[in-house]
Amino acid sequence: MKKKILALVLIVALVASLAVALVACDNTDKDNNTVVSFKPIAKENIKFGLIALHDENSTYDKNFIDAANNAAKKLGVQISIKRNIPEDNACYEAAVDLVNEGCNIIFADSFGHEDYVLKAAQEFPNVRFAHATGTKAHTELLPNFYNAFASIYEGRYLAGVAAGMKLKEMYPDATSLKMGYVGAFPYAEVVSGYTSFYLGAKSVMNEGVTLTMDVKYTGSWYDPVAEKSTAEALIKGGAQLISQHADSMGAPTACAEYSQKNGVLIPNVTYNISTKEDIVVDGVTYKSTYLIGSKVNWEPYFEYLINCVINGVTAVGFDYVGTLATDSVQVLEFGNDVSDAIKNAVAAAQEELLNGTRKVFDLSTFTKADGSTITSYIADVDTDEKFEGDTQVVLNGVFLESVYRSAPYFDIRIAGITELK
Amino acid sequence: MIKAKSDRVPLFHISKRDNVPKWQAWLIRGGAVVAALLVSAVISAILTDGASMGLFFKNLFLGVFGTPRRILNLFQNTAILLCIALAVTPAFKMKFWNIGAEGQVLMGGLACVVCIKYFGGKMPNELLLVVMAAFSIAFSIVWAVIPAIFKAKWRTNETLFTLMMNYVAMQIVACCIFVWVPSGSGVLGVLKYGHMPQLGGQNYVINIIVVAVLVVLMFIYFRFSKHGYELSVVGESENTAKYIGINVKKVIIRTMVLSGALCGVAGLLLVAGTDHSLATTTVGGRGFTAILVAWLGQFSPFLMSFTSMLYVFIDQGASEVASVFNMGGSFPDIITGIFFFLVIGCEFFINYKIKFRSFKKKNEISTPDAEGEDTAVGLDKNSEEVTA
Repeated sequence: MKKKILALVLIVALVASLAVALVACDNTDKDNNTVVSFKPIAKENIKFGLIALHDENSTYDKNFIDAANNAAKKLGVQISIKRNIPEDNACYEAAVDLVNEGCNIIFADSFGHEDYVLKAAQEFPNVRFAHATGTKAHTELLPNFYNAFASIYEGRYLAGVAAGMKLKEMYPDATSLKMGYVGAFPYAEVVSGYTSFYLGAKSVMNEGVTLTMDVKYTGSWYDPVAEKSTAEALIKGGAQLISQHADSMGAPTACAEYSQKNGVLIPNVTYNISTKEDIVVDGVTYKSTYLIGSKVNWEPYFEYLINCVINGVTAVGFDYVGTLATDSVQVLEFGNDVSDAIKNAVAAAQEELLNGTRKVFDLSTFTKADGSTITSYIADVDTDEKFEGDTQVVLNGVFLESVYRSAPYFDIRIAGITELK
Repeated sequence: MIKAKSDRVPLFHISKRDNVPKWQAWLIRGGAVVAALLVSAVISAILTDGASMGLFFKNLFLGVFGTPRRILNLFQNTAILLCIALAVTPAFKMKFWNIGAEGQVLMGGLACVVCIKYFGGKMPNELLLVVMAAFSIAFSIVWAVIPAIFKAKWRTNETLFTLMMNYVAMQIVACCIFVWVPSGSGVLGVLKYGHMPQLGGQNYVINIIVVAVLVVLMFIYFRFSKHGYELSVVGESENTAKYIGINVKKVIIRTMVLSGALCGVAGLLLVAGTDHSLATTTVGGRGFTAILVAWLGQFSPFLMSFTSMLYVFIDQGASEVASVFNMGGSFPDIITGIFFFLVIGCEFFINYKIKFRSFKKKNEISTPDAEGEDTAVGLDKNSEEVTA
């Protein structure tokens, strides 16, 4: 009898709470469904929401978190950050929670977040949603959903120039030089990055010197152990310099440890983080191996987004590509023992990239892996089920990277670079 | 002074107690929950360099009840966890240690995605949902029944077998996702078809209703059906079951079919109701958490509703605390760990009492929560004495 009563009470409680939950949910967003025009909002009512895949321990996420904090502080708006949000329904829930907190702009930082942010964008047309590295804004055409990225290939190209110069200084008599590159996944974003890095280094090679590069993937964006062991394997394979496109301190640690143990300097070109400062972790110092690095500076884009909210305008274009000119792409500080020759070479190349006389993906500077020249290329710009190419991206002998959408789509394997299994 | 050996009494000894009044047992459990919250508050205060404990409680409750949406999420997360807990219960009542719910649910989810991939857009959504339900339940049943058949026929160890099947399921899912998404980040993304309709303009409501109905049905099944009786007999003693003419093999397989079917429902709710996608982490350890939840709820569907909600409450609240104080992704795990440790630990004090050596007179100390009554309980004639 007791149990029956208990059961009854529980059912009633469950139904009642359900009813409360249903009634309590406000429908203001539903009512305003048709209103899509944005109105100016006072600064004190603006809140910037950031959804991050990891927390500050990941150099990738730290870059976004720092930029968002700086932008919000500079423009005097509030900020709310959701860290450690995986690429599943939790991302959609995090976005909705940020809307309920009163955020007017919500930005997610990882590729896999896109679908879930898109879902939230459809549900809340009065809130702007932006997403890094995504590909769908220019095909979905929602007025409140945007993709953004930066022409980071320019930054990597300049870091590559420094790397090439450094190798030349270290091995003046060598006829062949080799670099190693730790990649996360074999996707266009990584391929575009390592190719531009290689082309930068190749551009400063003397005649008669062949430069090659080995690329090895870790299969993860953040795996300190795998990144370290992959870098070590590349060094064993003859790499004289290491760069990486993965988010932990694994590769820098491998270079520093190897250099300390064996007395052979293996310079490291970083991504998103400078290790020039005297950081000591478990007895390893990075300052002697750090050469240069590049990063995407998200602050200009975040400020642009917040200003759009302040002024009540839609963000211009579905894809935003930050460049060297907008300060969205930055070359990090030089390391401790970098000669003026290297600094001058980087500055000269930067000048040429800025004034347009030099293009990173100039098709006269490289060939396909089989030695054939590239005259046209159909890239997979619009996301579809079959992952097939759809857009001609070669014009006047240049591969137009990040022109048809913000996320990179250069995925040609070129001569001189070997992807190791 | 050296005491004679015969005088030496152990510092304390533990004695079993059988007849703790129900209200007292619940008092101890309630005390454990309160203690768990207090310990968590202290730990969070230490981790945040002495931010006041009041903020811990404030954010714990705000995280769960702060917005209507969060309340809805409390119910929706409870529903999924409870559904999986209901699924493992029949097997556990039968003392068939099915720790493969994680994989069984995942296979159900995979079946749903397969249906969406191949039938999506080719049939009306309602029909698609029915097909998804059928496939999901079928896949999960297969995944649950394979270890059951091996157990019934060849007496293999079901614990290892079901555990192993989890990893096989995860690899199959990883493999399928790789085939479906050859490039990109290896994330399936939101699937267009096979979404559970909204009720009252709200997501997840159907999930909650389905699980509420399942709770009642399972209660009836255990309490009033012949099947429910048979599986408890098999659990108590296989020989007794044989003696009274129960076909033990049949009961084992039949019960695992039921277990699998419920896992299939959980898989359907996860894919069609909430995620609209699939990853190896979709179940997210809930296949294992559900076992604890079911056990704490003493395999009673209604008590399990409470325990699963309590778990989700702690988890969701702790996530908000972690988010506000920026304490990293592991903080909610620490808090739920403390919670489980104390709540499960308190069962010891319900089943046993500790008697310390009397130093002066009769300084008997027993469980801190149950005062007064326990002296009488401890002196019970039937209590078996165990020395520690």
